[in-house]
Amino acid sequence: MESVDLLYTGIYILVIFGITLLIATYSTYFERKIAAFIQDRVGPNRAGPAGLLQPLADAGKLFFKEDFIPAKSSKMLFVIGPGIAMLVATMSSAVIPFGDMLIVGGRELFLQAIEVNIGVLYIFGVVSLGVYGLMIGGWASNNKFSLLGAIRAASQNISYELAMGLSLIAVLMLSGSLSLREIAAQQAGFNWNIWYQPLGFIIFLVCAFAETNRTPFDLPESEAELIGGYHTEYGSMKLGMYLFAEYINIFVVSAVMTTLYFGAYNFPFMAELQVWLTNVTESAVTANNIVTMLGVGVMFLKIFLFIFFFMWVRWTLPRFRYDQLMKLGWQILIPLAILNIVLTGGGILLKDYLF
Amino acid sequence: MSESLFFFLASLTLLCALMVVISKNPVHSVLFLIITFFTISGHYILLNAQFLAAVNIIVYAGAIMVLFLFVIMFLNMGKESEKEVKTSTLSKIAGTIAGGLLFVVMIAALKDTEIAGYNAETYDSQIGMVESLGVVLFTEYLLPFELASVLFLVAMVGAVMLGKKESGEQHF
Repeated sequence: MESVDLLYTGIYILVIFGITLLIATYSTYFERKIAAFIQDRVGPNRAGPAGLLQPLADAGKLFFKEDFIPAKSSKMLFVIGPGIAMLVATMSSAVIPFGDMLIVGGRELFLQAIEVNIGVLYIFGVVSLGVYGLMIGGWASNNKFSLLGAIRAASQNISYELAMGLSLIAVLMLSGSLSLREIAAQQAGFNWNIWYQPLGFIIFLVCAFAETNRTPFDLPESEAELIGGYHTEYGSMKLGMYLFAEYINIFVVSAVMTTLYFGAYNFPFMAELQVWLTNVTESAVTANNIVTMLGVGVMFLKIFLFIFFFMWVRWTLPRFRYDQLMKLGWQILIPLAILNIVLTGGGILLKDYLF
Repeated sequence: MSESLFFFLASLTLLCALMVVISKNPVHSVLFLIITFFTISGHYILLNAQFLAAVNIIVYAGAIMVLFLFVIMFLNMGKESEKEVKTSTLSKIAGTIAGGLLFVVMIAALKDTEIAGYNAETYDSQIGMVESLGVVLFTEYLLPFELASVLFLVAMVGAVMLGKKESGEQHF
């Protein structure tokens, strides 16, 4: 790899990292604003205009709180736990294509940090590691409630990973590729996967809620029964890291859903717009760059809509009971996902037979 | 570059694998085992077998080790681990001799092996990719592949049988 490419990749990774953190920060603000709107309140409005500085105030408070480590806890693991949660959360956005490619000075710059031909598996592997942050933190606290919360979190995540993987397989059968860039490029224009995979998308969405520990699946931290679950003993910025990792996960999972089902950076009449712009500006490069930047905007718009959906659901639906959660995961979602695979296979064969 | 990376990864693998055996706390052992799986995945990536690397992480680090950790966390609630396990001198000597003999056998077996080289002209760098692996699995090794899936099915049915509720038993 040339050093210029290496430099570009490095800068791009830093920018994506910054954007991820920024979006996660302001997710906390918008969560409170949306909650307030749904419950007919005002929400945070003291720090800065319309409360816009609230996330900074929260972070400042968390940083200056006493950093408390319980006696008889396993200190090393107690500190590592939130670190793993944060590390794993920020790792997964590396393979997501946030846009097509820009042409700057004759050089093609892809708006994707690393292109691997196993992008989907990479995401899946990183997601499956997320459970360690919770388990290690819960165990190291040396507290029965933390341990119970950690065990519940782990069993929930493992159960829903299965259905999630099975619903992904149907998408892979259609695309024939594990590369996220390839999958995004195949959904050009309005040819999005959601039209072929509505059932698969619903299964994936439910599993995404369970994987990010969001309501209605927030049993690991249900404060009524477990006083906070795996992070009962955590305070100050270590608690902040756990909560922050949850918002990063929401952002990443929204980006993954957008890429896999909602056409990533593609929008209707994209090719027509590019042809028209090429004629107007008489430069294919400018037209390509304008369309790409529009695509990046569309991608983030879709991601924000998903994040809003996550918050909307949180403040609308009540929590499941634990046996209902397990029943939904194992007895409903997994058979449905297998049915979806069979239907997709049949559909592909039928299409080959008819056309 | 890749050679020094290999030596770094190899020594890290050996160190972590040793720590699995040495560490007193079973939870630490499991965590070191997870790091070992990561370093092995690193080796796969060095060998350009990205699919194997990802699957190794998903299956071993992501699923099986979570279950290990699960069970061990329930076993070890802080009291038992503080008790020193008494080992008699005789069993220590026996263990040392047995381990040493195994070491001798392995050295004897590996002493005369030759490193299988590769032909730079016919070597296909894409051999570890998903596509070539899939093609090989579904053509050349179709029977073993299908037999393995039957084996998994049998294991799954057995697990469900063992975990099934007996009549009159209440869990919730």
